[in-house]
Amino acid sequence: MSSSAPPALRRTPLFEQHRAAGAKLVDFSGWEMPVQYGGARQEHIAVRESCGVFDVSHMGEIETSGPGALELLQRLLSNDVAKIAIGGAQYSVLCREDGGVLDDLFTYRLDSDRYLTVTNASNHDSDLEWFRAHASGAQDVSVSDLIDDYAMLAVQGPRARELVQAISDSPLPARMTAGTRRVHGAETLVCGTGYTGEDGVELLCRPENAPALWDQIVRRGAVPAGLAARDTLRLEACFHLYGNDLTVDRGPIEGGLGWCCNEDTGFIGSEAVRAVRSAGPAEKLVAFVIDGPGIPRAHNPVRGGGEVTSGTLSPCLNAGIGLAYVPAERSAVGERLEIDVRGKMRPAVIKEKPLYRKGP
Amino acid sequence: MAEASYPSDLLFHPEHDWARIDDSGEPETATLGITWYAQDALGEVVFFEPPAPGTMLTKDAPYAEVESVKAVSDVIAPLSGEIVEVNEALAENPALINEDPYGEGWLVKVRLGDPAEKDALLDARSYMATLSG
Repeated sequence: MSSSAPPALRRTPLFEQHRAAGAKLVDFSGWEMPVQYGGARQEHIAVRESCGVFDVSHMGEIETSGPGALELLQRLLSNDVAKIAIGGAQYSVLCREDGGVLDDLFTYRLDSDRYLTVTNASNHDSDLEWFRAHASGAQDVSVSDLIDDYAMLAVQGPRARELVQAISDSPLPARMTAGTRRVHGAETLVCGTGYTGEDGVELLCRPENAPALWDQIVRRGAVPAGLAARDTLRLEACFHLYGNDLTVDRGPIEGGLGWCCNEDTGFIGSEAVRAVRSAGPAEKLVAFVIDGPGIPRAHNPVRGGGEVTSGTLSPCLNAGIGLAYVPAERSAVGERLEIDVRGKMRPAVIKEKPLYRKGP
Repeated sequence: MAEASYPSDLLFHPEHDWARIDDSGEPETATLGITWYAQDALGEVVFFEPPAPGTMLTKDAPYAEVESVKAVSDVIAPLSGEIVEVNEALAENPALINEDPYGEGWLVKVRLGDPAEKDALLDARSYMATLSG
């Protein structure tokens, strides 16, 4: 036996469901996760046209509670946390002093002094450490790691709500709100959020209740969908993937996330963000479509400066699409780019975000 | 195709490529493609751009790329030669590589530069043995 064997991969409560469904499993941030079941393309189309279900239990949850919860979150998160009503949801980024982005997250206000923040799997431990470091000394706020207390299912697509509604004890929360319901007989936090560009809900439940909930949702017609489809869906919708489109080396303004930053709250990094907002960023994250054949990929250089941070073949547009940081003076919609895709120059055009939008 | 298969009339390269030799003419030609194992590992192929006819292939060197939703993979030449024909159908429907890797999903036909190179390739049984290792 080698002493340098890699650490065992973590598994979600739905691992047996994935295995039974014939999923192709991969290491994703230390988790053994389904990348696809039948095929990524058909899973993508199912979410756009009907309903898909994703296991996102690898995402983490941090609960911040107590009379000082708002003050702490206002200091950590870029958005104005005071604007979240009870039962509301808000997207924001977590910044360092220099404005570099540590993570992008959804925060739900569950009660007057109780907030739940959902982290990216790859950042959960460092986010938690960051929260705790900034809470230390404060007597009126507590930060709890709830990653082991929740499984998380994302049910997404035009049929997602009616499908979950049919097994819920009361009407589902509206978009960008959250509330507790009994779903398939078990207490579940239902959130009107998602990351696919479709309507739908995210369900947070006790890990032991997750398999029966998953099976029920699949039985009612949701197509199990893996990380590959999740990636193509979010990229068509121009949602950022942390580690690709957002990193500590870049700030939220250049990443196009100025809309979720309120510098007047004095959040950590707000001075740096304010300076970039007023001077204008040197580079901007743009969405582009390849004009012709070719599939752009992360790290492909953009001729004349810049770099692709995410790229794929869009199943809905049937063209190569991506996000790239380019010099601000060349970041306007309609600007033509050339992407160096492993030595071949592929012409591309900067487009409005999102690249895919539901028809009228 | 759902089930693994490795036809016995083909020669295999350990980098998961196959060659179907046609020695009825002079010089010999071969049809090349990727194996069931390769397409299964890759997942749905969404893009294949063949090199142009006339391109020279060198045994064991990459000559094209196949792309799935998530990954790009080099295709290795099992034999040296000159491309005489490419599978034009793959431009429209690259998933043929998944559906029928040894038939409709062929990649290119080459005029062999050195037919003796065939001796270095594996038969189906030997290739399958490399997969279980």
